[in-house]
Amino acid sequence: MGPERITFGGRLLPAALIAPQLLIVGLFFYWPAVQAVWQSFQMQDAFGLSTEFVWFENYRALFTDPGYYQALATTLIFAAAVAGLSLGFALLLAAMADREIRGAGLYRTLLIWPYAVAPAVAGVLFGFLFQPGLGLIARGLNQIGIPWNPLLDGNHAMILVVMAAAWKQVSYNFLFFLAGLQAIPGSVIEAAAIDGAGPARRFWTIVFPLLSPTTFFLMVVNVVYAFCETFGVIDVLTHGGPGRATQTLVYKVYQDGRIGADLGGSAAQSVVLMAIVIGLTAIQFRYVEKRVAY
Amino acid sequence: MAGLALDQLRKTYAGGVEAVRGVSLDVPDGAFCVLVGPSGCGKSTVLRMIAGLETVTSGAITIGARTVNDVEPADRDIAMVFQNYALYPHMRVYDNLAYGLRNRGTPKPEIETRVKDAARLLGLEAMLTRYPRQLSGGQRQRVAMGRAIVRKPQVFLFDEPLSNLDAKLRVQMRVEIRRLQRQLGVTTVYVTHDQVEAMTMADRLVVMNGGQIEQVGTPIEIYRRPATRYVATFMGSPPMNILPAEAVAGGVRIDGTVIPVTGLAPGTAVEAGIRPEDLRIAEDGLPFRIAFVEELGATRLLHGPLAGTDVAVQVPAGAGAQEGDTVRLAIDGSALHLFDPAAGRRLAQG
Repeated sequence: MGPERITFGGRLLPAALIAPQLLIVGLFFYWPAVQAVWQSFQMQDAFGLSTEFVWFENYRALFTDPGYYQALATTLIFAAAVAGLSLGFALLLAAMADREIRGAGLYRTLLIWPYAVAPAVAGVLFGFLFQPGLGLIARGLNQIGIPWNPLLDGNHAMILVVMAAAWKQVSYNFLFFLAGLQAIPGSVIEAAAIDGAGPARRFWTIVFPLLSPTTFFLMVVNVVYAFCETFGVIDVLTHGGPGRATQTLVYKVYQDGRIGADLGGSAAQSVVLMAIVIGLTAIQFRYVEKRVAY
Repeated sequence: MAGLALDQLRKTYAGGVEAVRGVSLDVPDGAFCVLVGPSGCGKSTVLRMIAGLETVTSGAITIGARTVNDVEPADRDIAMVFQNYALYPHMRVYDNLAYGLRNRGTPKPEIETRVKDAARLLGLEAMLTRYPRQLSGGQRQRVAMGRAIVRKPQVFLFDEPLSNLDAKLRVQMRVEIRRLQRQLGVTTVYVTHDQVEAMTMADRLVVMNGGQIEQVGTPIEIYRRPATRYVATFMGSPPMNILPAEAVAGGVRIDGTVIPVTGLAPGTAVEAGIRPEDLRIAEDGLPFRIAFVEELGATRLLHGPLAGTDVAVQVPAGAGAQEGDTVRLAIDGSALHLFDPAAGRRLAQG
């Protein structure tokens, strides 16, 4: 690192160069974020005719609502399962793909395709496969004696959304893991082989520690994905149900705000969610990264 | 301790490339054997086959009394030092050294003793808690050697270990590796493309070219009696001069001058090799116009055409020849190396 530092003569040119980026970020992130914060201090009547400034009333309501803590718990379980499943499976695939070099370009491309599928479409696909009466996999499960029904069983519903959400993320993780694996010098692995480490031991004592920066980065990305970007999957598959079994924080924002028409309360939830994600990212990058760097 | 033997070793890659084409070699117990040759000559492939990192297409590798063709690298009782050191970047120096012992279930106190001993031997005692990235190139090199030493293997393998070091450090490490190997007495195979390294370090020097062995011998044997024209020009710096010549009754004729040599059938074309230090400026001899001079301090190198070929002549610093001068060069018949121009093999001389 250390490209030459470029100095501009005036201020106008650099300002003009970053303006488009700032405009986009401002328009699509900062403006709605400020709006959300502003709305979270307000309360509206059911018809949207009058608005009252209530300071922290929405937050007070939120933090005394057991339903909110339940959604938080659901989200944590969901995020842990999605991140764990997609990272684990991607690492397995990458370790396999790293061995065989022939035709690598082709199946690397094939393995990245799922990432191009929109979450809602992924949801529809899994919905079909696991639809209790018709779905290919659902019928198979029923035949081997598992009474599969995500419409009635909350655990089944959770498993379903976790699988659909994780599936979509596997390809992305796979790409990063494969790049990480290929960045490990072959001679280091060979040295370990000569040093008497079998394949499993090589993986856990050499490869996995050397991959830790990649794993760490992907963990942040996947957790943030599970927190915020899985709305489509849940909306298509379960609508947060049965009951509230798959109601995550982001889905509750939608349900309370759009369907429940509680804009103020929903905005307060958005702000909390935003704070959680920002905090999570900051903590992970600040503290955990120090331990994984070598 | 054990010796190492290669018998008709071959390696053909999946694409049909023959990297090693029938290499047979005996390395006696405790010997320091250097494989030298240009890049692509198969020397590294031979080393990697000995290590078990490449499969053997045909032939046999024997360490001690055991044929190890199908033995895993870990079970061959060898240790290898890689060109880029291949240290484990996430482990401290201590753990780098201890890794191989831990994998083999060595008891902890013994690991500690062995690691400490190796560190003392290599002057790494103060570095044990550091990470590889905090070390200089020479220190990393020592850690890589330490990792080989702690295991007390039957055979050390070195794959161009000094090529990433600067020139000064390379000379120092050359001596250090040699001293260490003598002290430990472990059979060693060392691969390099640097002929100075090869000459200075080897007990037994193996010159390779095109996947085959050109010559095996002590460095002095190989320098004094190169078996092929290829070896003659590869070993020695500056390289040996090769002049076109013809065998005549009682000698060889170079550029009209007959130099007495016995044992050749008259009338055949030969190639006459002569080392730059064996050419002398004299009263009488072949005319040589000095095109330019390289000053090396202790000696001077005179370059110019002789018998239609560009040659180098090494003279003492005191010799007063200047660029543009024409001098006469005397050739001593006993200093000539004669080769068959077609096959490149050394011709018998009386």
